[in-house]
Order: sequence, then structure tokens, then C-alpha cells
Amino acid sequence: MTTVNTQQSKGVVQDVSFWAGFLATFQRDITLAYRNQGELFNPLIFFLIVITMVPLGITPDPKMLAVLAPGMIWVVALLATLLSLDGLFRSDFEDGTLEQIMLSPNPLYLTVLAKVVVHWLVTGLPLTLLAPVLGVMLSLPAEGYGALLLSLFLGTATLSLIGSIGAALTVGLRKGGLLLSLIVMPLYAPVLIFGASSVSSAIEGIGISSQVAVLGAFLAFGLMLAPFATAGALRVGVNG
Amino acid sequence: MAWTWFHQLGSPRWFYEKSTAWLPWLISIALILLAVGSIWGLGFAPADAKQGNSYRIIYIHVPAAFLALAGYYIMAISGAIGMIWRMKVSFVVLRAAAPIGAILTFVSLFTGAVWGKPTWGTWWVWDARITSMLILFFLYLGVMALQNAFESEDAANKASAILALVGTVNIPIIYKSVDWWYTLHQPATIKFTEASTIDPSMKYPLLIMVIGFYVLYATALILKTRTEILQKERKAKWVKDLALAS
Repeated sequence: MTTVNTQQSKGVVQDVSFWAGFLATFQRDITLAYRNQGELFNPLIFFLIVITMVPLGITPDPKMLAVLAPGMIWVVALLATLLSLDGLFRSDFEDGTLEQIMLSPNPLYLTVLAKVVVHWLVTGLPLTLLAPVLGVMLSLPAEGYGALLLSLFLGTATLSLIGSIGAALTVGLRKGGLLLSLIVMPLYAPVLIFGASSVSSAIEGIGISSQVAVLGAFLAFGLMLAPFATAGALRVGVNG
Repeated sequence: MAWTWFHQLGSPRWFYEKSTAWLPWLISIALILLAVGSIWGLGFAPADAKQGNSYRIIYIHVPAAFLALAGYYIMAISGAIGMIWRMKVSFVVLRAAAPIGAILTFVSLFTGAVWGKPTWGTWWVWDARITSMLILFFLYLGVMALQNAFESEDAANKASAILALVGTVNIPIIYKSVDWWYTLHQPATIKFTEASTIDPSMKYPLLIMVIGFYVLYATALILKTRTEILQKERKAKWVKDLALAS
């Protein structure tokens, strides 16, 4: 962030349009994520390991697994997103970048949105793309894959948005990780319900348009409101 | 000028002194209503045709469930007032409302389980309303956990106010989603004996109990708020004078 600003201030006119802050944060976070590739894979490995535990803990019987698969994949995707959320603002908070971002004239809403979009690109999207492989492992019936991809694609974005509120509220706390899960998980219930049920409906051959429409509505609603709550929470969390 | 009372309400001292006068009234009204309602409901209302006497738990269950939900909104609204007008007392109310609401949610879940055992033959069912109540209980616990996590009281208040407000937006969505989920997965073995029309002889004691619970809630909230105010303002002169006088 700081480097970007100094580069810009060399010019005569400094670009302070609405999207400058969004783009700068977006580029910076993408670069940071790319440079810490080890961390990128952690949620995916978690996803894979927990799904491996399911047949070990319940049964390797394909018929039984097929029944469990939609809900199981969705629950584990939710947990993987939760675990990755704690880092959303933490490192920026610890090295003081977050304070600088908040002092900048760019609207905090858009900066937060950029961070959440990057978070989704590096966790939610890979989880969505990995999900069909896990579907095969849990012998998910063939009809379910399209719905699984579509519902996770829309749903994980909402999960990142809602989760950013919790991440912002707990950013100033030393042991925020578990607390973050406690406060965010009840809010995830509607997304889980519609996500998992869209996959089950697809397998049963009923249309999935209603569930997908509701997931899309959650996403639109989340895009509108969640960054505002997150921005408010950051102001409390950073100063408090 | 018309808003003077509103500004006065923001002063912990004013609230403490005024509520001293309100309390005896509130406590006696609550006691009378609860005594009349429970004696009428438990002793004189007729037994249910299908459920016999076990239905009588609704005289506790229904009012507790009402206030568990209303309590969340009271908590969130006082949080919003605190965030907007920076009112000290409303944050104290927010702090006080969370444990009371959590206890009421627990009471309604517990009495539901006690009723479910003889009626449905099981303590726990994944029914729509039970599940929504359970999630509401988790929301309360989250607000309380967040309040306790902060060292700075100011940050704790504001953070829990934001979480309570986010929860307020989500409660209708959660409620509707769970309702939809339940109609999809409705198990065939359990049928609801939905009391769509309740006989007046059962309804009036229930109404009295509901109003009684509202007054009891107000009393509990004020008592808890007063305790929190005293603790918060323990270094203020008026509290010291109060302690010396008693």
C-alpha cells in the first residue's frame, strides 16, 4: 500500500478516485497471496484431510457416503473458509498497515471489499474447484456435480463476506481464532441449508433454480451490507 | 426541550435514581401477574383433550420463547442507540440483556424438551422452531463471548453492538431458512398437534403469563443494569455516597 502511494505521489496529480483504493488493495493482496503460496494450500489440504476422515469415521459403503456427500462437502468447505478467515486482517493489523489503510481517503467499504474478493479468490474459488474431486471420493452421484460447483461458487463468496465481519470484530484480540468461529458460525446456517439442499435436489432430480436463486440473493445482500458492517467493526477493532 | 428526558436517560446516575422508584412497582406487578397466571393456568384451566395435563408447560414455555426473541431485539436496539447517540446507559443495557436473553432461550429449549418427552416420546427433535431457537441461543452466546474477550470496555460494547445488529438482520433469514429446510426434511413419524385455535379458558391465563413475563423481563433487566452501573461507576462520588448512606 505504502509503496503504491509513494509511486503515485511522484506524479503531479494523485489519483484518489473511488476505484484507486480498491485496485491498489486488490493488487497488493493478490501479490501477497502469490508470494505466500504455502498458506494458499492450507485450507485445501484441510478440506481434503477432513473428507478423508469421513469414510474412516462413518463407513466406506458407497451408498451411505452418497447420501452424506452433499452435506459433508458443504460443512467441510464452511469449516475450511472459517479457518482461513482469521488471517484476513490480522497481519495487516499487526504491522500497522490496517491503520494506514483506514487513514487513507479511499472509502473503507471498497478497500474491505477488495480484501474479501481476494480472500474468496484464494480460498473459496480453489475450494469450489477441488470439491468435485472430493465428490468422487465420497461417491457423489453424477447429477450432483453441477449443483455442487454452482452452489459452492455462490455460497463460498457469501461465506467470505459474512466471515469478514467476524474477522474484523476479533482482529484486535490475541486469541481471536476460536471466538471468530463461535460468532460467525450461527450466521452461516442459511447458506449451508440452501447450498447443501441444492446438491441433494439435483441428485433427486428436482430443479435447483430456487436454491441457486436464494444463494444468489444472499450474495447480493451480503455484497451490499457486509462490507459496511466490516468497516464499522474494523474501526472498533483497531482503536479498541 | 421535549428531548430532555432522552438525554437524561443517558446518564447512569439519573437512570439509577429513577429506577429506584420504578422497581417496587415493577416487582409487585410482575409477582401479581405471574401468581395469577400460573395459578389460573396450572390449577383452573381445563386439561387438553389430547395431551392431558402435560400441555400446561406452555404457560412457561411460550412466554419464555417470546421474550427470548424480543430480548435479542431489545439488546440490538440498545446497542444501536449506544452506537448512534453514544449513550452510556444503553451499552450497559446491552451488556445486561445478553445473559438474560440467553437464559430465557435456554428455558424455552429446556421446557420444550420436557414437554417433548411425554408428547413425542423423545427429548430432542430437529424441528424448525427448536432449531431456530438453538441458533438464537448460539447468537446470544456469541455476543456474550465477544463482550468478555475485550479488555477495553468501550471496544467490547461497540463490538458486541455491531454483532448484535448483524444478528438482527440475520434472524429473519435464519428463521425462514430453517423453516424451509424443515418442510423439506419433515420426518413422517412426528405429527404436529398444531393448536391453531386455542380455547379462551386456556388463552387468558397464557396472555396474563406473557404480560407477566414481559414485566419480569423489564425488572430483571433494570436490576442487572443497576448492578452493572454500580460496578462501572464505582469510583464516582455518587456511588460512594450511596454506599456510605446504606
